[in-house]
Amino acid sequence: MRLTLKILLYAVLIIVAIATITPMLWMISASCMPSGQASNYPPQFLPSPFTLEHYARLFSRLNVMKYFFNSLVLSVSVTVLSLLINSMAGYAFAKYRFRGRDKLFGFLITSMVVPAQVTMLPLFLMLNRMGLVNTYWGVIIPGMAGIFGIFMIRQYALSIPDSLLEAARIDGAGDFRIYWSLVVPLCKPILVTLAIFTFMGTWNDFLWPLIVMTDDSMYTLPVALANLMGEHAQDTELMMAGSVITILPVMIVFAAMQKYYIKGIMMGSVKG
Amino acid sequence: MNTASGKYAAALFLFPALAMLAVFFFIPVIASFILSFTDFDIYSLGNIHFARFIGFENYAKLFNDPLFWKALGNTFYFVVVGGPLSLVVSLLAALAINSRLVRFKGFFRLVYFAPVVTTLVAVSVVWRFIYHPRFGILNYALGAFGISPVDWLGNPHWAMPAVILLAVWKNFGYNMIIFIAGLQNIPDYLYEAARIDGASPFDQFRKITLPMLAPTTLFVGIITMIGYFQLFAEPYVMTQGGPLDSTLSIVLLMYQQGFRWWNMGYAAAIAFVLFAIIFLATVLQYAVQRKHSDQ
Repeated sequence: MRLTLKILLYAVLIIVAIATITPMLWMISASCMPSGQASNYPPQFLPSPFTLEHYARLFSRLNVMKYFFNSLVLSVSVTVLSLLINSMAGYAFAKYRFRGRDKLFGFLITSMVVPAQVTMLPLFLMLNRMGLVNTYWGVIIPGMAGIFGIFMIRQYALSIPDSLLEAARIDGAGDFRIYWSLVVPLCKPILVTLAIFTFMGTWNDFLWPLIVMTDDSMYTLPVALANLMGEHAQDTELMMAGSVITILPVMIVFAAMQKYYIKGIMMGSVKG
Repeated sequence: MNTASGKYAAALFLFPALAMLAVFFFIPVIASFILSFTDFDIYSLGNIHFARFIGFENYAKLFNDPLFWKALGNTFYFVVVGGPLSLVVSLLAALAINSRLVRFKGFFRLVYFAPVVTTLVAVSVVWRFIYHPRFGILNYALGAFGISPVDWLGNPHWAMPAVILLAVWKNFGYNMIIFIAGLQNIPDYLYEAARIDGASPFDQFRKITLPMLAPTTLFVGIITMIGYFQLFAEPYVMTQGGPLDSTLSIVLLMYQQGFRWWNMGYAAAIAFVLFAIIFLATVLQYAVQRKHSDQ
């Protein structure tokens, strides 16, 4: 009975694992096939001969280096700036007492139910008026402060003992000094988690960059990929190579930081 | 910290975040609401004085627009079928991985989680080829079981199920992680006591696991639902809303109206209907959950 159950469990787990991983393995394999091979029937699962010509074409003729650079600049900028701004606010909400603090914080939390799409039309008009459409700032500015980030840092900063901050104050450290040399290092675990979330979120984001980056030279990788799909829909192997290039960087970040990422999801779920 | 300089410092620490949120989040929300009562279109884009207040006309037009009802119906189809499906798959995966009988937990967890971190646009591109009626590997795999080829994205009846399958594949690993955390928080002595009383594994699941998981399920249910209501990239990349508008979602309709045809007043009304629906659905889910836990 126990053995049967065990075999059954493993069978299901392995079948689901195969179903989960096959699309990605096929993507990688097809990206290295010569043109046309991915459209054979029955499907071939390994490239023969192996080729990197589609990657070469993406980089040499289809400007992928530029899109890669755009995605990287945006993801890194949003991550760094939002960590700075959100950590200051999260710390203030956790450790300073001022009138209306809890009401203000509650208001911010409640407003998380507003979907981002509601803001996009006026935001586009505003940024257009400011001349920021088709610039990096068009993506960076709306991502600079985030309620979720403030919330996560506040929850974490609450656990810093007041006595520690008082001691630093008695030693003559100013408010900013305490924040920068005491609070930020103590909050490192949550900051690393948020950094991964923000980097991957910005890298993978689609709707807003699609709206605000209308010029080809400003596309991010996902926007460029969707656009490429319109022109090269028949070119399966090329599209797979483009998908690999888009997915690979986030996969590497995830693989390197897996522990922090998973912990972050669990933290976010503890107090919903 | 309660000193005078402390208050000053708190204001300085808060200022950047609150200013950014006010200007680039709260003002746009209000502006969007106002926009939804105007006929702001491509001419107003050049000169804002061309926009006029037209009262509830956008909303009236919306409720008489068959395309809007189609998009609304499609989005509910996606949320009502895809959401619970994703929850059930992720709960089953969490139960299996968390089982005492299973080893290599880390490996299975990693594999199931991998699609979560991928880029939605990229995997939509990949799945478009997987769904290919002639060369796609899905039809090939189904053929092994004697199932004849399906034109997944070309048939109005199959396009939305295909989008749902992709979405569940992409996100069940996320919910699974949260469920595993929830399962590990259930104390062992509850199960031990139940075993001593002779409860079957199924009874234990029904009487201990499910009730103890209720808060987790509520959280997972709400975030999944909110995310699923915002369906956009999958149809944008795979079907452009077709065939026969069978995968047109609310956000895709808003995008087309607002940023392709520049009917921004009309698009703002669509965005606010989406907001109202998400808000009501969240409140409803809380209420249902509370009623259950009271019993």
